Formats: sequence, C-alpha cells, structure tokens
Amino acid sequence: TMSSPPSPSPSRWFKALRTRLGEPCFKTCPVECVDLLRRARIAFQAGRTLTEGFRLAQLEAVVRMLEEHECDFVDALGRDLHKPRFETVVFELITVKNEALHAISNLKKWMQPQSVEKNLSTTLDECLVISEPLGVVFIMGNWCSPVQMCLVPLVGAIAANCALISPSEYTVHTAELLYRLVPFYLDNECFHVIQAGVNDLPEIVELKFDHVFFTNREEGSRIAVAAAQTLTPVTLILGGKNPCYVDQHCDIATTVQRITWARFHNAGQSLTAPSYILCHTDVKARLVQALKCCLMQFYGPDPRESRSFGRIINLNIFHRTKDMLWRSGKVVVGGKVTEAEKYIPTVLTEVAESDPIMQQDIFGPVLPILTVNDVEEAIAFINKQEKPLCVYAYSTNTKVISRLMSETSSGSFCSNDCILQSLMVALPFSGVACGMGSLHGRYSFDTFSHRKACLLRGTRFECVTYLRYPPYEDRNLSLMTWACTLSQKSQGWCQIM
Amino acid sequence: MSREQQAVARARKAFETGRSKPLEYRIHQLQNLQRLFTERQKEISDAINKDLNRSEVGMQMFETLGLEGEIALTIKKVKEWAAPRPVEKNLMTLSDTVYIQPEPLGVVLIIGAWNYPWAVTIQPLIGAIAAGNAAVVKPSEVCIHTAKVMEELLPVYIDKELYPVVCGGVPETQELLRQRFDHIFYTGNSMVGKVIMEAAAKHLTPVTLELGGKSPCYIDKNCDISIACRRIAWGKYTNCGQTCIAPDYVLCEPSIQDRVIEEVKKSIKEFYTDNPKTCTDYGRIINQRHLKRIMALLEDSTVAFGGENDESNCYIAPTVLRDVKPEAKVMQEEIFGPLLPILPVGGLDEAIKFINKGEKPLALYVFSSDDKVINRMRDETSSGGFLANDCLVHFSVSSLPFGGVGNSGMGCYHGKFSFDQLSHLRSCLIKKLKMEGVNNMRYPPHTPKKLGWARFFILKNFDLGWVGRMVLLAVLAVVAAVALQKYLF
Repeated sequence: TMSSPPSPSPSRWFKALRTRLGEPCFKTCPVECVDLLRRARIAFQAGRTLTEGFRLAQLEAVVRMLEEHECDFVDALGRDLHKPRFETVVFELITVKNEALHAISNLKKWMQPQSVEKNLSTTLDECLVISEPLGVVFIMGNWCSPVQMCLVPLVGAIAANCALISPSEYTVHTAELLYRLVPFYLDNECFHVIQAGVNDLPEIVELKFDHVFFTNREEGSRIAVAAAQTLTPVTLILGGKNPCYVDQHCDIATTVQRITWARFHNAGQSLTAPSYILCHTDVKARLVQALKCCLMQFYGPDPRESRSFGRIINLNIFHRTKDMLWRSGKVVVGGKVTEAEKYIPTVLTEVAESDPIMQQDIFGPVLPILTVNDVEEAIAFINKQEKPLCVYAYSTNTKVISRLMSETSSGSFCSNDCILQSLMVALPFSGVACGMGSLHGRYSFDTFSHRKACLLRGTRFECVTYLRYPPYEDRNLSLMTWACTLSQKSQGWCQIM
Repeated sequence: MSREQQAVARARKAFETGRSKPLEYRIHQLQNLQRLFTERQKEISDAINKDLNRSEVGMQMFETLGLEGEIALTIKKVKEWAAPRPVEKNLMTLSDTVYIQPEPLGVVLIIGAWNYPWAVTIQPLIGAIAAGNAAVVKPSEVCIHTAKVMEELLPVYIDKELYPVVCGGVPETQELLRQRFDHIFYTGNSMVGKVIMEAAAKHLTPVTLELGGKSPCYIDKNCDISIACRRIAWGKYTNCGQTCIAPDYVLCEPSIQDRVIEEVKKSIKEFYTDNPKTCTDYGRIINQRHLKRIMALLEDSTVAFGGENDESNCYIAPTVLRDVKPEAKVMQEEIFGPLLPILPVGGLDEAIKFINKGEKPLALYVFSSDDKVINRMRDETSSGGFLANDCLVHFSVSSLPFGGVGNSGMGCYHGKFSFDQLSHLRSCLIKKLKMEGVNNMRYPPHTPKKLGWARFFILKNFDLGWVGRMVLLAVLAVVAAVALQKYLF
C-alpha cells in the first residue's frame, strides 16, 4: 500500500498557504478545468487507478482525512451553516466514513468478475460480467450537506476512476477546506477539487467526462442538457416536496420528536427532511401542541441562543424563505427573524394548498401543516404533486402504511421515522422524476463503473455451431427451435448460434 | 392536441388507473404478445422480406426466436423480479424491515431501429410490460412495411391504450419528444442519440441509449483461422452487415492477411453460393441512400474481392478490403454494410493501442487460442460487450447485460436487466414507533455523551452474523439456566 501521496505542486502549496493566512482562494475558471481534466485523463490511461491496492489506499486516505481534521470540518460547517457539532460529526463525517469503510471491506468482492447463468449453448463457455472503470468523473456537491454529498459519491468514484470534485460555492469555508486538504491525502494527478460557480458548471460538464454526478435543489435540467451534448451519463439527486402523513392512530409524542428532529436539523436545509405534514383532523390539535413542546425541549425558549440550531446558508435563500412566510397560512409558533445572522426561528403554519409556501420548495425551518380527513385524501393529494424524493408515514396501523407505500411513488419511503433510509449504506439513495441514478454502497460502485458482458468461447464444437450458418434450412431451424423449448423448460432461453 | 400528444395522454391516463400494475395483468399481456409471434409469422415474414430481403428462416432466427425466448423467461421470472428485495441491516435498524421495492416508472417511450425491427423494438417492450409500465412504441419509419404491420397487429393482441404504436418520421418523433415520459429507450446512432438525450434532459427523463460504433475484431496468429473466419463472415454478412454489433473491421498481422482473405472468401461461397445476388439467404441494403453512403466508403481502399453493386436492387456483394490504412474513408464512420476492411497491425500491443485511440465500441471481438491474449485484450480495452472466439452471440445470453459505454450508449437490457432498467427501485424502511430510547441520542440539545453513543451505533460494523449467534446462544443459555432453576428447584 502507498504510504502517502506525493506532496502537492508548489503552486498548490502557495495557494494553500494563502488560504491559511485568511485570504480567499481563487475560483477555478473553466479554462483551468481543461488542464486538470487532461491531467486526470492521462493518469487514468496510465492505469494508475486500476490496482486494488491503489483504490484501497485512496479510500483509507479519505477516512484518515475525516478523522484527523474533524475539528476543521466542524469549524468550517459551523461558519457556513452554524451547524452544531453533533450534526456535522454524525451526518457529514460519520456517514462518509461508513461508506468508505463499507467500500474498503467489500471492494475485493465488487471487483471480482461475476459469473452469470449460462444457457444450453454456452455451457462450455465462460459468461462473465466485469466491472470496468469509466474514466474521469465530475462530482458536484450541494450546500445542504456539503461534505456528505461530495465525498459519498467520491467514495463510489474511487472504484477506479479519476475525479474532479466541485463543492458548492455557497458553502465557502467547507469548499476551501476540501480544496486545501484533498491534495494532502489523495493522489494529486487523479483527484482534483475545483471551486466553480453554479453558473459555470454546465460549461465544465461540456468538456466531456465519463460520468457526471450532480445534486442540488435546482439547476438539474441545465446540467442534464449539458451532459447530453457529449452523451455523458448522469446521476442526479434533486429536491422535492417530501410529504409526511400523520395518521390518527399513532403515538403522538414519539412521532413529534422524530418529525421535529428531521425537519429542523440544519435549520431545515435538507433534501430528505419532511417538507409538509398531512395531518388527520382528529389529531391536529394534539400534534401542534406536541410540536410546540418538542421545539421547546430541543432548542429552548429562544432557538437563537441554542447551540443546536443552524442558520440559513445565505441572504438570497433567507429572503426567499422569509417572503414565502409572510404570505402563507397562519403562524402557530414563531419568533423574530434576524437578517444579520440569517436566522429564522422555527415556525409552524397552518396552510391551504394554494398558498405560496406549497408551490415552491422550502429552504428553511418552516413546517406547514395541512389537514386531511382520511388516508384517501392524503394519497390523492400526494399523487397530484410531482413525485418527491421521499414519502413518510406515521401510523401504528400497518394497513395504512402499506397503502401509502403502494399507492404513491417516490425515490424512497420510510414509515414512522424520517431521513434514516437515505443514510443507510445498503439502500440505494435515488430520486424518481426528481433525479436519476442512485448512490450508496454497492450502488455507488455500479454507478461509476461499466458492467461489461464477456462471453469467452472456444473454437471446438463447430459441429454444433454449424446449425446457424447459411444456407438456412428449415431442418436446422426446427432443430434449434426444439432445443430452445428444451432450454426454456429448464432455464433461460437457448440460442445455438 | 396532436395525434402524438393524444396517444401519450391516453397512455398516462390508462397507467394511472393502475391496471398495468398487477402481476396477473402483466403476465396476461406477455402471453398475448407470445401468441402474436406464433400466430402471425407469415405477415411478419412477408413484411421483413419486403423491407430487408430476409428469408423466412433468417427472419425467425434473428428476430422472433429470440423474442419468444425472452417472453418465456420473463413470464416465468417476473414474480421473482417484482418481489421486494431485502437488504442487509445495521445495528440501528435491527428491529425494522428494510427492503427495496421495484415499482413501475410510468410511461416509457421506445424508439425502435430498422435493422432488426422486431428484436430491438419488442425486447424493451417486454421489459416495460413486465415492470408494469405503459409504453409508447415508435417503430422506425425506414422499414416501412414492418412499421405498418406493427401498427396493425400490436393493438390486436395487447392493450391499445397502455401500449399505443405511433408511426411517423422525424416531425412525429420530435412531437413525441416534446411530451414528458418517465424513461426513453432508444436504439440507433449517436447523432440522433444526442438529440434524444437533450430532449429528455429538459424533462429530467432518464434514458437508455443503444448506439453503435466501430466494433473491432482482432485475429491472433495463433488460432484456428478457418473457423475464426467462418464465424466472422457469419457475423459480418448477416443482414448484409447492418447489425449494430457486427465486427466492423479486422485487425491482424500481415503474415496471416492473405489466409484470412482466402478463408473469408471460402465461407462466403459456402453461405451464399457463387452468386450472392440470387441467393435468398443474402439480404439487401435498406435503401438507396445508405447504399450510396456505403459505396462511397470504398473510394480510397483496395478491394480484395467483391465490390459489385446494383443500385436498383439495393444490392452490395460481400466485400473484403485489404491493407486498409487508419486514415481511409472506410475507417472514419461505422460501416453498417457488407464491407470488411482488414488493417494489418504488428501484434497485440499495436492492436490494443489502435483500439483505445477510438471511441469505446459496442462490442469487441478477439480470436485466439491463447488465454493470455484474450485476457490482455479484455483488461486493456473497454467496450459495451466482449466476445472471444465468436461474433454476435453474446446478444443471446439473457443473463448478460447488453449495452454500450461512452459513445456506444448508456444503460443495458435483456432478461432481468430490462426489468430493472425500466423500474424504479424504491428504498423502503419500515420502522415502529417503539424503542424511542435508542433514538434519543440524536435529538437536541446535543451533548458529547450522545455523540459518543451515535458513533458507537453507526460505526460499529462487526460481523453481526457470528457475534449475533454467539450472543443469542449466551442469552438462551442464561434463560435456560434460569428456567431450569425455577422449575426444577
């Protein structure tokens, strides 16, 4: 195994030094990206990334980077999003470490050629599926979970590709931290961190990568169109409005705790948090009361003082959220909005379907509550909207859960809890209609690989193969058809070709 | 509303009624499709004969035999494929139910090609039906008679609202692409592939593209050259070279070039007699435009034999070109015709280098009796599929994913891969409202102690199987001891 990657080039050292002294790092322009892409391609074609040893070393380096610089990450995310230490460590660092460790222990198995079922004619041949690297991939993270959404796909890409990584420009400190740290841990020719503005991204995508990963709440279409120009496959994980149904049969106290935690962590800036509640009329009053208590319990009487409460990422999004609030529903729990700190207190509103807050995505700690009379109404409401990233349902009645699951469609589904299904290594994290492709564990590896079908035959038994050659005769066809039916009875279909 | 818009809207409405979802319905539709092929062989053959001059036996072998097998496999396996797929749990989800549920996507658009119209248009349809989707089928307008037969016959056998057939040319296809689909499946060339992907990208629709490329074929000097050439000739001249995975060109050492040409000539004579023009088993070029295109490729290369053509009949004789240079016209685009260029190369290294300079092809062939050569070729090049010592047949193994990479396409299908490609694999986590104690560690106010617990639960990844069994054994032992004590003493 490698001991450590070679030191970054002098210009990178200089840039890193400047950042440490507090000066901002330059934005990487598209022209620079051409050069980085070229270097990565050369490194890939030299076969550097192909050995198991190299890949394991890179994965282990990612784990080390997160462990050794935990404080730096906590600090950077604290400055960007006022993210409490707990959230940074658990959701940004530990989830990535989990992915990396899972990949490390399974890499050998994933890299093995897979034998597949053979049919009658190929019994004497070898049929395999081999996972090949694609080349150079481009990973664009988002600002809600800046570290998680850059490094989880990176772990998948390390499955023998080279990569260019672009953390979101909004999370300035985190992006700079990654830009600074990655050259000290990962191979400098194969992996590059760039700092690109969201408007430059389509131009960079058009430089031609072998796969492109993009996650954000918007802009997905522009990236997909740019990728189409060069026939580049795309994995997109975008946002949506995630509905959360609360049934009249449920344990309100526990339900409320789970929903509150999911909705208000990271000041509501999460792709997988429940966006609105569809609450059964019977429990509405109790739910609202319980939510108030829970908020008090989590964040104290003034969430601004709480160290566990985050801030909105920037003024633009802050204003958008603020504007939506004043025109929607009724505020049930609220507080003062502070622009200087980009702080919006936790707010619950009672809304109608036509309110502005239900027309757009919500980027903040706001939880709209709508009432429905029964499960049918909830399902009808959910199906009228675009397919969301997640659908949540809280109930002790398994039939209700089943109905909600089978009669709606979404990227993923979770009952009686939120968000956890998107953090598990074994479950694919993907969207449908608000995304394509999937991540996590084996799915990341497959996303960034090409599964090549290999059939290895011999030149013996030409006496059987001759059946397929012209001149075509009915007799031969009958023989083949008969053999097909034989094979169909046992397994697969046969083609004595 | 245009005709295309109406067809799509009807399909979506039909899908939303939910009738394509139950397994019995899907199997019933597939059985009907099967009947189409057993009952209507004659009409299908006649149309293909008019379009591509393919004999009835040839048609069956390449189009319907494969489809019948695929339908039978799908009917048998769809229950297994559509069932929830359990996944491994971690310490935190031990008491929960965790699985992946395959779901239909919605309305799928399938755009077919003209070279094997039934095979490449119906195979994805089988997958779409099996996954519970609605599908709009757009056969290629280039194979006029087959498109008409599809438009007439499919509605007779399968649900005409859920699976409408929309025929038409470029303007009709463009109108279709303006509608929103949940997946688009396209077989054809890269130019049009880009246009389709861009149209899909505007709606964020995922695509499966089965494109083409120049599939190289390397003949090692250590191999049974006569059998190799026979298989290559079969792969190349079937359907007059109009196969997306046909061996496009041959790479071999100069010392065996003459032998290769000799053997290919012999095989062609065996297959198609001395006068292929009169042989019923030899096909025709699809239309005059393509014929002119293919003949233009011959310009700057030496013809070893063949080269005759008859424009009025869309006939090009099986042709072999020798000593072809990389800059030759015939090496600049996918041939898709009965011309077989032979490029002499110095050996395996030069061949691999040459192949890697080009775009990743849909298929790569190597003929050798030396495993080392085969393995090197397989490991040092990339392609959609890889086949040693034969041509084309990997298409027929339904357990192998069939698809391209890079410029030759994205996504794959056949067998279970068709089903998975046209489904949404939805992650499901079913929890209970109990055991809140464990959850408490994630709620604010956050304390270092809670963080410690979180680290333990999430990161501890020990082999639950072995330890779990030990723990269970220990617990059982304790319980047994307690029980014994209680009841015996």
